[in-house]
Amino acid sequence: MAAATLSADADNARTPQTDPTTPGGPKNAPTSNAEKSESLWKDVWYSLRQNIPAMVSLFVILALVIVAIVTFVAPGVLPYDPYQQDLSASFQPPSAEHWFGTDQQGRDIFCRVLIGSQISITVGLLSVAISLVIGVTIGAIAGYKGGRIDTVIMRIMDMMLAIPSILLAIAFMAALGRGIDKAIIAIGFVSIPEYARIVRSQVLAVRQSDYVAAARVIGDSDAVIIFRHVLPNVTPSIIVRATLGISSAILDAAALGFLGLGVQPPAAEWGDMLGRGRNYIFAAPFAMIFPGLAITVTVLAFNLLGDGIRDAFDPKARKR
Amino acid sequence: MLKYIVKRILLAIPVLLGVSVIVFLIMRVFSADPAPVVLGQHATAEAMNQWREANGLNDPLIVQYFNFLAGALTGNLGESYYTHTPVTQELLSRFPATVELALVAIIIAAVIGVVLGVISATHKNSPIDGLATILALVGVSMPIFWLGVLLIIFFAGVLHVLPSSGRIDPLLQPVGGTGFYLLDTLLMGDFEAFSDAASHIILPALALSMYSMAVITRMTRSSMLETLSEDYVRTARAKGLKKRRVDIHHALRNAMLPITTVIGLQLGSLLGGAMLTETVFAWPGIGKYVVDSILKSDFPVVQGAVLLIGVIFIVINLVVDVIYAYLDPRITYTKEEG
Repeated sequence: MAAATLSADADNARTPQTDPTTPGGPKNAPTSNAEKSESLWKDVWYSLRQNIPAMVSLFVILALVIVAIVTFVAPGVLPYDPYQQDLSASFQPPSAEHWFGTDQQGRDIFCRVLIGSQISITVGLLSVAISLVIGVTIGAIAGYKGGRIDTVIMRIMDMMLAIPSILLAIAFMAALGRGIDKAIIAIGFVSIPEYARIVRSQVLAVRQSDYVAAARVIGDSDAVIIFRHVLPNVTPSIIVRATLGISSAILDAAALGFLGLGVQPPAAEWGDMLGRGRNYIFAAPFAMIFPGLAITVTVLAFNLLGDGIRDAFDPKARKR
Repeated sequence: MLKYIVKRILLAIPVLLGVSVIVFLIMRVFSADPAPVVLGQHATAEAMNQWREANGLNDPLIVQYFNFLAGALTGNLGESYYTHTPVTQELLSRFPATVELALVAIIIAAVIGVVLGVISATHKNSPIDGLATILALVGVSMPIFWLGVLLIIFFAGVLHVLPSSGRIDPLLQPVGGTGFYLLDTLLMGDFEAFSDAASHIILPALALSMYSMAVITRMTRSSMLETLSEDYVRTARAKGLKKRRVDIHHALRNAMLPITTVIGLQLGSLLGGAMLTETVFAWPGIGKYVVDSILKSDFPVVQGAVLLIGVIFIVINLVVDVIYAYLDPRITYTKEEG
């Protein structure tokens, strides 16, 4: 992390000088800035590529995204209609015909697991986007402004953190009603404090630096300072947190689905499939094993990728 | 020290109030009208209005909130819409089940997590270290409820050695006592009931402990690696002490501080996970009760339970902070800290 921050610090420290309003700034500085930041990302990508588990995870995630897109755009590629009920074919064990078996309504579990990726990936990405945008903004404001604003914002965050996030999400779903859009909002909302805290603590550290003082001296507005000088320094931590956040969002969504608070039938969602199989656990264990495996593999992939990115940003880990 | 504790308790009060506001807002403002759910779709508008009036739902929001708060402060969390029993009583009767499960789970998680973490730190980069790392990764990636399902399929479905649900055989259920069945049966000397209760708790506790175990393993490993590279460890080795003695008495003892904190914090998060575990294993605790009540829109119960869990969570965090301050002689809590 230190190298990332240092290198970005150096870029930003130079920014005031390269400002067109400042006469005498070195003319070639912007190019060198761009090169510098490009080389940081190159370094990170290079060291990420050496990390085999992270690369395998990246491959798994890309495959999942492709499956989600293809099954959405062209559902015809699936061997069976994942929504077509056939009660005469219910709970068939895994076979060459139905790789993962069939569920209580006779639907092919393999196809349902495949299209289940659509919901999991969507929930993971969108809910993280919600918490990221709101959390980063209020964390940056709290850290940069300090004083009473900081106290009020962080106390509210403490209150939200005082309730286990899954319980808070469940309470939201209970109030809002079922539906994937509501699950995205509930999960996104309950993770806001994590991002706000990370960003705030980093902003507090950066706020005191010389280049922020310099930016203030040349008359940059608060918004410009926060978004151009402060936030770029916080980006590595946010990327790591967001990657790991996707995995916990997918887990939370699955938990909501499992408790019967997720999607409306007949939509296919991994947690929901698990929850519905519960009454037939001994008669048809395969109806629960495969959706659970899909959740675990996906979450594991995001966790490994997140760890890999963190190590890639960390110069100490990079040298190892 | 006392000053610090008092200050922390005072600081917790606004957080608790805030939690009550959040819970109240979610349940009363964002949610749909519970009347049609409780009375059924065919109830007349008049009946629904009467019901709302009787349950205080027609009062202005601020009045409703202060009624809720005043009730909560005196231990009155309202009545269930369905059974009309006091929520406090319902929660208290289920409380021992949840706490017993969480305690057994945290003991499993702490013992296995610390042992695994120590072994993988002292045998860094060995196969056993790799195995512990994989186990820790899978542990945090696996949904608790899926692990529960797998345990049930294997131990109850395939091997038939452990029960798949419930807390104890109803015929052996201890009457009266503390509500902690393991303790009650032991105190009564009823070993048949004790072993039955123990066999019921193994699977849910194992499922619940997995996530915490993974977190504790990772924390122990990294904390141990740090202390193992300290000068005093090298000195201890240099003066010829046995490796095991250095590992345990010098390295682990100094690494225990962050580990204790993590264990304490995990106990709090186990309460959140308990909802899923209790649902999978039909464990008659608060978690399962909340989930059942949510599905029925029994808002006073949900509101009371979320508040109770929030309070416990805050109290645990407070206790962990105080223990931390007590354990670490380097920390002195002066005015600007805490």
